[in-house]
Amino acid sequence: MIRELHQQLVDGSTTALRLTEKYFAAIKEKDAEIGAFLTLMEESAFAQAERVDQKIKKGEFVDLLAGIPCAIKDVLCVQGVRTTAASRVLDNYIAPYDATVIARLKAADAVMVGKTNTDEFAMGSSTENSAYQVTHNPHDPARVAGGSSGGSAAAVAAGEAVWALGSDTGGSVRQPSSFCGTVGLKPTYGRVSRYGLIAMASSLDQIGTLSHSAEDAAIILSRIAGHDPKDATSAPSGDKRYEDYLTGDLRGKVIGVPKEYVAEGLDARIKEKFYAAVEKFKNAGAIVKEISLPHMEYALATYYIIMPSEVSSNMARYDGIRYGMRSDDRADEEGSVYDVYCDTRRYGLGAEVKRRVMLGTYTLSAGYYDAYYRTAQKVRTLLRKDFEAALRDVHLIFSPTAPEVAFPIGAKTNDPLTMYLSDIYTITANLVGVPALSFPIGTVEENGKQLPVGGQLMGKWFDEEGLLNAAHTFEHAQ
Amino acid sequence: MTQLSSDDVRHIAHLARIGMDAEDSERYQKDLSSVLAYFEKLEELRTEDVAPLLHSTGLQDVFRQDVARSADSAERTQILANVPDTKEGYIKVKSVL
Repeated sequence: MIRELHQQLVDGSTTALRLTEKYFAAIKEKDAEIGAFLTLMEESAFAQAERVDQKIKKGEFVDLLAGIPCAIKDVLCVQGVRTTAASRVLDNYIAPYDATVIARLKAADAVMVGKTNTDEFAMGSSTENSAYQVTHNPHDPARVAGGSSGGSAAAVAAGEAVWALGSDTGGSVRQPSSFCGTVGLKPTYGRVSRYGLIAMASSLDQIGTLSHSAEDAAIILSRIAGHDPKDATSAPSGDKRYEDYLTGDLRGKVIGVPKEYVAEGLDARIKEKFYAAVEKFKNAGAIVKEISLPHMEYALATYYIIMPSEVSSNMARYDGIRYGMRSDDRADEEGSVYDVYCDTRRYGLGAEVKRRVMLGTYTLSAGYYDAYYRTAQKVRTLLRKDFEAALRDVHLIFSPTAPEVAFPIGAKTNDPLTMYLSDIYTITANLVGVPALSFPIGTVEENGKQLPVGGQLMGKWFDEEGLLNAAHTFEHAQ
Repeated sequence: MTQLSSDDVRHIAHLARIGMDAEDSERYQKDLSSVLAYFEKLEELRTEDVAPLLHSTGLQDVFRQDVARSADSAERTQILANVPDTKEGYIKVKSVL
């Protein structure tokens, strides 16, 4: 879709201004019902669109992303723009700097229309857990959009933005993509700089893309990826144009289907769509074989030790001192800074965030570190070895993205463990660091609504092009 | 099964600097205990001889110079604008001790 719009901009059949008007009109028409956006950036968006139109008029070169309206998950810092992470504690926070990905989008002249809703600090799987609003699924507003990048997925699916950025710590780009029918890419850990991303769990977090096609994902990734001295964990990587690797040819590629992923707990309708997709890959010339990832059943427990541990450390900065909300139950002259910390965190942070901070504080505390965090890091090694072994025999690993379709709003809010199970297929890619992508493989009908189903491809470390080409080939196959 | 006591919860809340009332404390006791019980799953595995994974793509030893950078007044204003309470360009806090 990006390439077509770019063509229209360059040949003069539309302008960036008209495109931006069209998307803001869609936001005004639909977003009261969808609830995808927390903050709109109307003024800067139109100013940017005008600059792009001037460049085109003068015959200057413009990037593929130039003038194309996009949305940004509200966990990424945009200088001068309110950045909340959907938390009360950052309600009045105006980012004083740009995240590296944002600086790169600005350099490409992308038009940012606004900041999208998320579960608070990206902690959740449904975007119900925002301090501000619930995001509704554009395919059925009675259902969740998935999460935590639910605002970004819903904005793209509802036509309120051409594409969006999200973040993925355990599936937060891929699961909402599956629920909303978008393509969601979580690159290899370190492929994209995390500088300016509000941290959740630093050994798992990665910025990802949500778009209408694999080609769009490739185009965006080419622009945001690459080493950044401001993120010591960002990987050294050459300038790759991922869109140049979309050959549409899958012949001879070996795709592994892990038997552990199509076991109990998987919705039968999704299983059917999944095996139909397997056939489609075979018809495109891929060789499909069953594989095993024997430690898969330990991934969720491992994730729910490592993630909250790192969360508890990252959330320590929300103490009411340097930025964000400060809350203090006592009079001016009474109490100490300790009381300010406790009150600020009590009132500023939501229930799920506090639950994870408490859990992580416990698993890292004296006497428990070895039993929990260190053990989980060891199991993480076992999981990585599973992937190393599997990826010696196959090029790609294919599974469903989620065990279910978008569930009704409110269905899981009372039981954290059931909510956690929604990420069962996606968390492993974060634990071992491999790239993973969710793409639409069909829909199932429920109460007269067509609900999207996503398939997930995982690949070798730094082989984003392999995933993107497989999804691209799938999109164009019969 | 790991069952946290109300004293355990109070101690964790103190370490995490999260204020709570009795009702909160009871809920955390229940929620955290059930998640900790789920973690016992990992006890099925033998991990004595396994090295912990420290970085998922194996990157190591990334260094940079630790150099202070001075902010211009515009940047300083933006940063201070986010501070809940300031006095003469400084961050105002209650007594630490």
